[in-house]
Amino acid sequence: MSPVHRLGAGTKLAALCVCSLALLAVRSPVGAGAAVVGVLGLYALARLGPRAVWSQVRPLRWFVPCVVAVQWATLGPLAACVLTTRLVALVALAGLVTATTPTSLLLAALERALGPLRRVGLDAERAALVLALAVRSVPVLTALAGTVRDAQRARGREHDVRAFAVPLVVGALRQADALGEALRARGLDD
Amino acid sequence: MTEVVLDDVHVRHGEREVLHGVSLRLTERRVAVIGANGSGKSTLARLLNGLIVPTSGRVLVDGLDTRRRGREVRRRVGFVFTDPDAQIIMPTVAEDVAYSLRRSGLSRAAVAARVAAELDRHGLADHADHPAHLLSGGQKQLLALTSVLVTAPRLVVADEPTTLLDLRNTRAVADRLAALDQHVVLVTHDLDLVSGFDRVLVVDGGRVVVDDVPAAAVPAYRRLMA
Repeated sequence: MSPVHRLGAGTKLAALCVCSLALLAVRSPVGAGAAVVGVLGLYALARLGPRAVWSQVRPLRWFVPCVVAVQWATLGPLAACVLTTRLVALVALAGLVTATTPTSLLLAALERALGPLRRVGLDAERAALVLALAVRSVPVLTALAGTVRDAQRARGREHDVRAFAVPLVVGALRQADALGEALRARGLDD
Repeated sequence: MTEVVLDDVHVRHGEREVLHGVSLRLTERRVAVIGANGSGKSTLARLLNGLIVPTSGRVLVDGLDTRRRGREVRRRVGFVFTDPDAQIIMPTVAEDVAYSLRRSGLSRAAVAARVAAELDRHGLADHADHPAHLLSGGQKQLLALTSVLVTAPRLVVADEPTTLLDLRNTRAVADRLAALDQHVVLVTHDLDLVSGFDRVLVVDGGRVVVDDVPAAAVPAYRRLMA
């Protein structure tokens, strides 16, 4: 257990919020560089290697080139690099929090944090449930995507985007229906 | 004893009538429902805990009308679905079981103790803090069953709980269901599972066409499908 792992879930979430806001203020290449060094330092402190960093930012690998291209055209190369670096550093930082904290503790911390908003009519339990369902849905949808892809391959339609997207969306909606039914059966609205 | 009464129940989905006037009184501890795909079995099962309310007619569980007293009915009737992935709500095993007890009024420590005991009873104690998606299909269904049983319902309705499972896991789930003190209504395509049941309903075309002991109902169903 590294010091980063041991830190409370609430503390980590609060720190993530503060760092995100601070990153928004970064406008210079030096600042962006410092942010990257800082984030890498935290990964080192958590005893996580380059592979862990890559697995957190990997989902951005198609997104980043698009963002860079748009910003390069509209804001120029320097601003494009600074903005994109900020984005990647932020995702890596958020990834560090999730990689070092059990989901149940994160959700409990969120429910506590949302507690005071009960007075303005927010149902903290419901909000935490939505987040739990989102976390729970990731592996379920990943498995669904795998099934759809296999079915596509079996029929020799690997590169047909529509043959992938349509069954995936239909499957996700069916899954959502079934989940809604299960929530009702387990007394969510009672 | 738990008593379920269906009184001339019709269920319509849009233009299509799924059940055409079903009247039943179920008091046996083990009732099985068999029938072809699309015959209305799942609709029949969902009537029993008020997930579906009749278009006309009524369903009473221990005298409680599912249309008006849905909450009390669902507290008495636990429901196990075919696909445990749709039933498991929380990311980890123990959290999912604990979710069922969230309004039990028990303290956090009491909930944790009850969850631990129930997981232990179903052989899932070693997986308590594992993400639910890492369980095997059979373990997921056992988790779904555990999350239902932890609330101590009087009646457990299971809608094809073994359809997605292999033989070993089918046995494991069937054994758990067989061992329950509660009343069980089991919807299934696995005719081997119903041999020990008290009563078997064969549903066909939205009607209960056979209502008998397994030794008579299962052969009747085979003839019907031939």
